[in-house]
Amino acid sequence: MNIVFILLPFALLLGLGFLGIFIWMVGAGQFDDLETPAYRLLFEETSEETKKKGNASDDNGT
Amino acid sequence: MTTGREEFSYDDRISRDFVVATLFWAVVTFLVGMVIATQLFSWRFNFNIPWLTFGRLRPVHTNAAIFAFSANAVFAGVYYSSQRLLKARMASDILSRIHFWGWQLLIVLGALSLVLGFTQGKEYAELEWPFDIAIALLWVVFAINFFATIAKRREKHIYVSIWFYIATILTVALLHIFNSFALPVSFLKSYSVFAGVQDAIVQWWYGHNAVAFVLTTPFLGMMYYFLPKAAEKPIYSYRFSIVHFWSLVFIYIWAGPHHLLYTAVPEWAQTLGMIFSIMLLAPSWGGMINGLLTLNGAWDRVKSDPVLKFLVASILFYGLATFEGPLLSIKTVNLLGHYTDWPIGHVHSGGLGWNGLLTFGMIYWMVPKLWKTKLYSIKLANVHFWMAVVGISLYAIALWIAGVQQGSQALAMDTVTHRLKFPDFMATITAILPYYQMRALGGLLYLVGAVIGVYNLYRSMHGAVQDEKTSAAPLSGKVTGKGHRFFEAVPLAFTLLTLLAVGVASFISIAPTFLASDRAIVDARIKPYTPLEHYGRDIYLREGCYNCHSQMIRPVVAETLRYGAPSLPQESMYDHPHQWGSKRTGPDLARVGGKYPDLWHFRHMADPRSIVAASVMPAYPWLETAKMELGDLSNKLQVMKHLGVPYNDDEVRTAAELAAAQAKQIAANLQVQAAGQGSFVGMEDKEIIALIAYLQRLGKDGVKP
Ligand code: HEC
Repeated sequence: MNIVFILLPFALLLGLGFLGIFIWMVGAGQFDDLETPAYRLLFEETSEETKKKGNASDDNGT
Repeated sequence: MTTGREEFSYDDRISRDFVVATLFWAVVTFLVGMVIATQLFSWRFNFNIPWLTFGRLRPVHTNAAIFAFSANAVFAGVYYSSQRLLKARMASDILSRIHFWGWQLLIVLGALSLVLGFTQGKEYAELEWPFDIAIALLWVVFAINFFATIAKRREKHIYVSIWFYIATILTVALLHIFNSFALPVSFLKSYSVFAGVQDAIVQWWYGHNAVAFVLTTPFLGMMYYFLPKAAEKPIYSYRFSIVHFWSLVFIYIWAGPHHLLYTAVPEWAQTLGMIFSIMLLAPSWGGMINGLLTLNGAWDRVKSDPVLKFLVASILFYGLATFEGPLLSIKTVNLLGHYTDWPIGHVHSGGLGWNGLLTFGMIYWMVPKLWKTKLYSIKLANVHFWMAVVGISLYAIALWIAGVQQGSQALAMDTVTHRLKFPDFMATITAILPYYQMRALGGLLYLVGAVIGVYNLYRSMHGAVQDEKTSAAPLSGKVTGKGHRFFEAVPLAFTLLTLLAVGVASFISIAPTFLASDRAIVDARIKPYTPLEHYGRDIYLREGCYNCHSQMIRPVVAETLRYGAPSLPQESMYDHPHQWGSKRTGPDLARVGGKYPDLWHFRHMADPRSIVAASVMPAYPWLETAKMELGDLSNKLQVMKHLGVPYNDDEVRTAAELAAAQAKQIAANLQVQAAGQGSFVGMEDKEIIALIAYLQRLGKDGVKP
């Protein structure tokens, strides 16, 4: 039976930690924008392409 | 505002290396697959050579499919896409190189060790402990490199593919370490720490999650990257892709017990596994639909672009396999399908359909980019595509029929006499031999297609091989003060989050097995194997008999009529590792002990066809000439004792003598039973004697009064 006394608190602790981090994560803004990332993927450029465009691009500037 | 952009380049050499390795191992894996597929309908292809028998080659094939073909494909895709998604070169080129060469060396040595008979005897996790440690170390090298790259990324948002990769890296590490807990006896011999029911649960928790986190999550991550890239359209719903990710991570880990329905595993654990398996259908099909809808407006291009063809077909096979999985997890369906070749068809719909086609699609897309060339021939790529699709379809259909047929024959009862309709086991095999041939044909088509593909890609690999240069603004340039640290912590948070999700589920689902061991059902009838039987069991593991034989009688009438009383959980409580098996190409052996005289086994092992004319079992003539090496038997028993098997010190110390004495007795039995036909002088120190001792012991204790 000893193993329960290790596993139960451990599982509970993990669960609580999980909840905390999840809230923290939402606060960190990772889920704020769920549209642009899908498009951004398509606009990877190599250096040459950037130069061709005359270095006009800005990366999703803030 | 243009903040200072940093010029940098991607490490594309590592992707190129892994692409080449993937193609090489693909052909090797498929070739070995062809050999074992052929052996099943033509026993001569076992060649009477120990290294080439089915029981040894099948683990080579399954391990190659997982660790050589799929893993290399994942590494190729992950190294390529992660650098671009994170806008950063891999943190360390040296770690990447170590990862690459270490992994290839591991594959070569691992395959060699399996062929030579060094195995833990755990299905899908056969490699001995030094390899397990090597895998773990190389995995850590990969993980460090990967997470360090996330830390230096230049893109704040972590694209969904990366999350899939994170989940893969963490979960595989966890699973692998847990499942590999073993106590070594010598450099290439160890015994699983777990036994019986516990071992079975841990094993299938691992086995199922290997499917989930080696063959599903990383490939989904690659799908979410390469599909939009090839289609030149964003994923249909990015929002859903995130739902897809989290639901898979939460649900998958609970589904393992669906491999153990109707076994001696506790009923509630079986039900849990079944429910979660069925729940998996929703996110999986959502993911499939998300992938397919991405192509809306680009369907005309699917006709002309082989890359998209491969990707679309692969997604359809993902849908097929994730439908079949939950279906097979329903108890009644499982009763029919388990132990047949249906699950083999299922795993190939996944492996060759989903993973294989996705891998080839991805490589057809990457090679022109990585080598800065054009594909050598679109026509050949189309030929490859159609051969692959027809091949895997033939394969899957053949084994559906074979599985349903074998399952129903094995369970068929005569309603009047209440006897088995097909009491002769071989009837269930001879009936499906044509489908075995059809399966081999499907495999052959797939293999030839792959060879054409490799040729096509090889011809394309001539071009400038420079790393792609690019530029991006560093994150730190934009985020200042407190926020800076904050954003750096985000990947860490994701990491922990994934680990926690998986960890909680894992611990809760495994805990009961330890509890069960604490409360081990005390059954005084069940005794440990004698030293000789133990030695014979090691031979059983070495030859991979569990690849054809189960040792788990399910509690249904047809099974008990055919094999005897249902297996009890305590009957395998000293089995490190368990040998329940998962497929019955041969009959269940759980109660074979005492069924036949010793001499029957002696002749049967040397030449199965001399007893059962239609048998497809390999012959094991070398067991009659190979001498037992009882030298380290004491050490082996000592390890077993350490693991809780109740041997006393005397038994451990005198193991070799005890074994020799029992062997003499069996050799004498043979002499008597042969009634003057043949001499067994000098047989008492041969391996076959130990194997007979083991077989004759199986299932006897559990039916004692
Ligand atoms: C390719 C699959 C395959 C492998 C590998 C295999 N067997 Fe078999 N085995 C069969 C088949 C098919 C039968 C049924 C026909 C027969 O009796 O030969 C069978 C029958 C048996 C039987 C008789 C069972 C009964 O109830 O009649 C025993 C015992 C046996 N095998 C032991 C072994 C052992 C020990 C090994 C490993 C050294 C092994 N088998 C490896 C396919 C296999």
